Amino acid sequence: MTFSASFTTKSILLAAALAMAGLPAIANEGAIGARQGQFKIMALNIGVLGGMARGTVEYDAAQAQIAADNLAAISQLNQAFNWPEGSDMMAATTNRALPAIWENQDDFLAKWAAFGTAATGLQAAAGNGLEAMQAALGPVGGSCGACHDAYRQPQ
Amino acid sequence: MWKKLILSASLAAFGGFLLIWAVFPRSPITASTMAALADPNLENGARVFWAGGCASCHAANGAEGEARLILAGGRAFETEFGTFYAPNISPDATAGIGDWTMAQFLRAMQHGRGPNGLPLYPAFPYTAYRLADPQDMADLYGYLQSLPADPSLSRDHDLTFPFNIRPALFFWQALYLERGYAVTAPLSDEALRGRYLVEALAHCGECHTSRGALGAVDHGAWLRGAPNPSGQGRIPPLTPDELTWPKDEIAAYLNDGFTPSFDSAGGHMVDVIRNMAMLQPDDRAAIAQYLKELP
Repeated sequence: MTFSASFTTKSILLAAALAMAGLPAIANEGAIGARQGQFKIMALNIGVLGGMARGTVEYDAAQAQIAADNLAAISQLNQAFNWPEGSDMMAATTNRALPAIWENQDDFLAKWAAFGTAATGLQAAAGNGLEAMQAALGPVGGSCGACHDAYRQPQ
Repeated sequence: MWKKLILSASLAAFGGFLLIWAVFPRSPITASTMAALADPNLENGARVFWAGGCASCHAANGAEGEARLILAGGRAFETEFGTFYAPNISPDATAGIGDWTMAQFLRAMQHGRGPNGLPLYPAFPYTAYRLADPQDMADLYGYLQSLPADPSLSRDHDLTFPFNIRPALFFWQALYLERGYAVTAPLSDEALRGRYLVEALAHCGECHTSRGALGAVDHGAWLRGAPNPSGQGRIPPLTPDELTWPKDEIAAYLNDGFTPSFDSAGGHMVDVIRNMAMLQPDDRAAIAQYLKELP
């Protein structure tokens, strides 16, 4: 009797503890949404340049420059608040951020900085003709891939 | 009693081993195969190298640019059978394959045997390369021997019993080495070229197809997706009912790594695209066409 009572109490405490452990994940939804929004803005602007690079859309220097300026601006956003502890892929089903991000934070931030370098190079070249833009877009794509290779889970 | 049992079991095992040794030819590469080969064409060898994805396993983890041509090995592959380590296949005579003859190389690539005649573990996708044109393998041999040598010694695989008994692989090979192409339905000429690239060289099925109990990919579920071998999540299916991107978008993705919505490739596919980007546009188009014609 005593045992089962204490067992029940323990179960309730355990359930409460688990529920509280779940709270930070809910609190991190803002950060997950914010960084996913950041990547969607990147995809939109890369899409403008990618369409021109693939030849499905005609090259337009002014449009290309706007897209490259946007990418360069995003690359300068400080990531300090986008990646709180406990916001890895376990926190939300739509989130594919691997725990390795938090195990290798220096490398993760170095890869973000590499995107910045590539985006700055693209910003300087995007308005100088299709070939110059294509050549500068390659390293940007490479920087996306380098980070996704290491830190984003496949589908 | 126990001594007798152990003795007879050992004798039976030894006899079985001798039987396997006798039944399987030591060198399935015949003199006539070798005589029919032209001198290696290194340009084509490079194409086979990138299509075959050699660097993705044999270059160091995270290697980029020219470093992907240093095939020192060492990358670990954790599986349910234990951990495999990619060996050094640089032209170093001691650590790598610098002292291999072309016939030994072809035997490894297409028959899954090491220079000592013993079977190689199928983590090395020789069941795919088995389908390749021997001349392409000879060209690849020439190309590999032209790359930088590296003295790093290969690391032994770390496998659990009974998978660490190498001769048992003779049975595995008897079951799975000669299965031929997974897609045998009629295909257009372009898709046939794509089939060669996908099935014989790029071995896409190794990740995109689920496996049976003995670790062989299931031809009945060809390219229909599979659990991610290196973590959580799934490797996506490539059949046209699932991968609905237009053909030219698939080909473009294999070149620049961007999906139709300009998301970027992730995981190991990033490295695969580094290889695919080295091919000619008509090769990537052929792969896309093959995927579009998948049953």
